[in-house]
Amino acid sequence: MARKLNLRIWRGDSTDGGLQNVQVEANEGEVVLDVIHRVQATQMGDLAVRWNCKAGKCGSCSMEINGKPRLACMIQVASFGDNETITVTPLRAFPIIKDLVTDVSFNYKKAMEIPAYAHPDGLAPGDARMEQVDVERSQEFRKCIECFLCQDVCHVVRDHEENKKSFAGPRFFIRIAELDMHPLDMLKNRKKTAQEEHGLGMCNITKCCTEVCPEHIRITDNAIIPMKERVVDIKYDPLRWLGSKIGKREGIV
Amino acid sequence: MSGVFSPTRAEIKERTLRTDKWWLQPAITFGVLLSFVIYATFRTFENKNYFAEPLISPFYSPCLSASCEPGTVLAIFGQPFNNQYFGIGISPALFILIFPLGFRMTCYYYRKSYYRAFWMSPPACAVAEPHTKYTGETRAPLILQNSHRWFFYIGLVFNVILTWDTILAFRNAEKEWGHMSVGTLVFIFSTTMLWLYSLSCHTCRHTLGGRLKHFSKHPIRYKVWTVVSALNHKHPTFAWISLFGVAGADIYVRAVASGAITNFYFF
Ligand code: SF4
Ligand code: SF4
Ligand code: FES
Ligand code: FES
Repeated sequence: MARKLNLRIWRGDSTDGGLQNVQVEANEGEVVLDVIHRVQATQMGDLAVRWNCKAGKCGSCSMEINGKPRLACMIQVASFGDNETITVTPLRAFPIIKDLVTDVSFNYKKAMEIPAYAHPDGLAPGDARMEQVDVERSQEFRKCIECFLCQDVCHVVRDHEENKKSFAGPRFFIRIAELDMHPLDMLKNRKKTAQEEHGLGMCNITKCCTEVCPEHIRITDNAIIPMKERVVDIKYDPLRWLGSKIGKREGIV
Repeated sequence: MSGVFSPTRAEIKERTLRTDKWWLQPAITFGVLLSFVIYATFRTFENKNYFAEPLISPFYSPCLSASCEPGTVLAIFGQPFNNQYFGIGISPALFILIFPLGFRMTCYYYRKSYYRAFWMSPPACAVAEPHTKYTGETRAPLILQNSHRWFFYIGLVFNVILTWDTILAFRNAEKEWGHMSVGTLVFIFSTTMLWLYSLSCHTCRHTLGGRLKHFSKHPIRYKVWTVVSALNHKHPTFAWISLFGVAGADIYVRAVASGAITNFYFF
């Protein structure tokens, strides 16, 4: 059954902008992205919106719906009350380009700063063998679709533009954790650089990244906190530090 | 103007556009934690009604000072502290307070709770925080959060002591074994919850297996890690229940010791 839906859509660019009210038809089973497309087709021909798969798997349609970072293609219109006005804005942590489209290049820059997987010397690519239990933990992090909702919600950069220089963000903490837990990765200083270069210590584990992740990756519990514990091992635990000097444990490298 | 009001961002004047009751959770946390702190402070300084044979309040155990009531002192620790220093009387609870307090203050879950509820950093997700500067846990004093594992180890010692107190609760007021009272049940509950809280701790999870790179080479630690990971999932629940458990045990001991109620014995 079709219903009338009240939307407030942010329109504008880097010079100015604001919320505009529109009324649009919504059919049963539709998601917010569908009605945004209908607005674009019938009332605002030049409305800018990014999307691709409409299946929650490409991570393109990230925006903020009633103030929460969400994938517009995964939010059912039916989840809102009949008289509710749905407010749709672009991501508020990144520079605005136009309407619902932001410049997310911050994330690509951060991705490049994380050193890649380092394969063991002398091990031919086809000869690598890993046990399932050893890769399981990292596999959770491979589900990431790079929607950057976690990067958007994280108060470290959302509320403090100046921290962008020194903070990689939750999406890249799971990348670091994935590699540090990887059974074959040979790079030994991931813990140290996580803390000293990528800003792991800036995270205060308030878990908003975990709350918004559409892939339900337990970012804080399974990646950030374990990495913080690994950092304690090499930086803030005198007994372990001593052990590393005697040569028994992985040390400060 | 910084944060969501930075000039490069979409111009929106509201600090959040959330329409749900995002303030409810931090408000409840604030209220509950503050009530606990007030009650615990009052009890720490009250310096009486903490012992009713065989029950000793968890706030006062182990009792280490010269003023401890007879029957509360553990032989292995003795009474290393005086009951006053520089002419000021000091409650025995004060000598041990730092350990359980430090354990909970540096707990990853409580950190999340009080950063949100007390420091509003952030008050809730996608709600702009009021602070202009933010450095997280990178410098003093918050860098000290990295001491959590030490408090965790000491916490285990406390759990052993409180377990001993629970075993003693199977005696009656005449120190005869083989009895059981409401107090025994209160203590069993409180101590069990403390163990579950400690075992589900993130540091525990890391120490027992999380720090490994090759689970396949450590099958037993992998098993243990799997169990602790399942408990870890419930860590917030255990954090709250164990807090209520300890407070409940203390309230019960206080009520019995002050004569407000009698400790009912089943046998
Ligand atoms: S848990 Fe850390 S990384 Fe995740 S949103 Fe909070 S501060 Fe950011
Ligand atoms: S971790 Fe989750 S929220 Fe963050 S980019 Fe990946 S899928 Fe999106
Ligand atoms: S359009 Fe691909 S995730 Fe929404
Ligand atoms: S994380 Fe909560 S007690 Fe260690």
